[in-house]
Amino acid sequence: MSTSAITPAPIPLGRRVKRFMADRPLIPLIILLVILVVILQILRPGIVNERWIANTIKFAIPLAILAGCQTMTMLTGGIDLSVGTVATMSAFIMATQIVNQDPAVAFLLAMMPAVLIGLVNGIGVGVFRVHPLIMTLGTSLIGTGCLQVYQRTVIASGAKIPDFLAWLGTGVTPILGFAFPNALLLFVPLAALIVFTLARTGFGRLLYAVGDNERATRLSGVQYWQVITALYVTSSLLAGITGLLYIGLIKAPSLSLAEPLVLPSVAAAVIGGTSIFGGRGGYTGTIIGALILTVLTTLLTILQMPEGARRILFGLIVLFVTAAYLRIVEER
Amino acid sequence: MSHFLRRQGWVTGLFALLIVLFIVTKLIQPGYGSGDFGSLARAVLPYAFAVAAQTVVVIAGGIDLSVAAMMALTSVTAASMMAGASEEYALFVVPFVLAMGFALGALNGLLIVVTRVPDIVVTLAMLFVLQGAALLVLGAPGGGAAEWLKAMISGTVPIPGLPDAVDAWAPKALLVLIVCLCVIWIPLRRSRLGLSIYAIGSSELAAFRSGVPVKRTRILAYALSGLFAAFGGLALTMSTGIGAPIPGPYLLASVAAVVLGGVALGGGKGGLLGPIVAVFVLRLVRTDLTLLAIDPNVTAIIEGLIMVAVVMFGAFITMRGRQ
Repeated sequence: MSTSAITPAPIPLGRRVKRFMADRPLIPLIILLVILVVILQILRPGIVNERWIANTIKFAIPLAILAGCQTMTMLTGGIDLSVGTVATMSAFIMATQIVNQDPAVAFLLAMMPAVLIGLVNGIGVGVFRVHPLIMTLGTSLIGTGCLQVYQRTVIASGAKIPDFLAWLGTGVTPILGFAFPNALLLFVPLAALIVFTLARTGFGRLLYAVGDNERATRLSGVQYWQVITALYVTSSLLAGITGLLYIGLIKAPSLSLAEPLVLPSVAAAVIGGTSIFGGRGGYTGTIIGALILTVLTTLLTILQMPEGARRILFGLIVLFVTAAYLRIVEER
Repeated sequence: MSHFLRRQGWVTGLFALLIVLFIVTKLIQPGYGSGDFGSLARAVLPYAFAVAAQTVVVIAGGIDLSVAAMMALTSVTAASMMAGASEEYALFVVPFVLAMGFALGALNGLLIVVTRVPDIVVTLAMLFVLQGAALLVLGAPGGGAAEWLKAMISGTVPIPGLPDAVDAWAPKALLVLIVCLCVIWIPLRRSRLGLSIYAIGSSELAAFRSGVPVKRTRILAYALSGLFAAFGGLALTMSTGIGAPIPGPYLLASVAAVVLGGVALGGGKGGLLGPIVAVFVLRLVRTDLTLLAIDPNVTAIIEGLIMVAVVMFGAFITMRGRQ
């Protein structure tokens, strides 16, 4: 009469926790985010309040949208390093054209370089099969050059930040006693759309398929270049919109406005669990990755370290988190 | 001969392009002479080392985004160590900085092998780390360089038995570049390690199954890349006399020249000669555009266009070749 025959040997707790986390890759990320916030609260008691949360979200949103561009392109095994330049171009053109143009016209003008660069990226990667890294670096170089030439022509007219963008970028609306950043109005539908597109539509599935096995996808009749072109144009458009949002947040048009966001956007997507080789990942993880990076930046600023030490820590933590995350997820 | 042309077709084409560019330069600026060539060689020096650093890693099937940051770190280290120190002290600084580059490069490779995180992400993280370290070493551009180091790349090499007119076309910077690259690259290419680097770039699985120590080779490839980047950092300090903690435009330039030089980004193909010639081509294009009195911002656009066009053309050729 031994019961051991019926009840299976208990699995060690550590293994169970690990498997639980591996099945739900978002959990360890959320835990990390909470730990970071707790550390912040311990270091500077009282900092984590309503205003801080609103601020963190405001700064995380542009990063999260750009990281969305990286997530989508990474799913196909690519990368889009031109997002910073595209965002800067849209922001700069919007801020300078609004001076003597109708807002709608200025908006269209601001989106034009985004579409163009996306199209060139897509054709280069999809039709000519150039490595995405090179292609997007090249177009961002061209874009920056064009912007510098353009800047000369508008020096006389000056620039201003449209009120609407400032409202969207920095404003908050109190709802039920809590200050909601207005940027969420743009971000929530956008994020929902990206998540829905990736998970439920044919286009989203095609991105995963292309990234997972390009040859098989092509042999089953998918027009590779069409998918890639549509992808890079979408990515560029998102980057352009981010630029408009970001100028409302930063309120100082410059020629390197969104450039510092490019590498963190790649890091956010990678931390969020998207494989840089394609075929695996999703947008929800990326959003949490962007939040983690934003909180991390605050944390490093609060520690009042010299700029150099902050960068070192930032790099080390990104590396460590990615490695730890890979280890957990690969245990499956 | 035709066999040689087929194998070295891309590099031969680049050489032809370089010669055409020299002729164009001479047409634009009839006064273009040996002095200008010397300054071209000096300007090329840091770029060429950055490209060499990138080439080794790309041949091994990886990519190194930390090249420019590594150059900045080694440059500020050298400059801050040599500031106010004696001329002889620099004899110790140079090997120290080179060893540092080698070690940090090996760390790159080690992290990739141990953590199994993709190389792009590891070197991206290292980019931040090295940049931060450079800022800690030297907060603002400064430091100094030993006189003999600065003299090493300025002026020309006196070759006995040759008239001065010919002599003038042999700038020291070019000689330094050729010697440094040859001393490392030629023995490497003929060694077992060199073969292994090509092997893991071509097919990691096949290399592993044929008994190539894949992990060790990868670490060594990154270490060599770090060594070349340290040469680049030294070259920066030598030509400017100071060190600057903010990385220059070397990352983008190195990737561009690697691709233009006929090294496949997938790895396993190409050599060092192509990318080096490509650097000269890219710099000479810039010189020509400046001589034509074109707005430097337009120059950036044209450079980008050339890069994209060449890469598209190259990809197109490979595609045609495969079909």
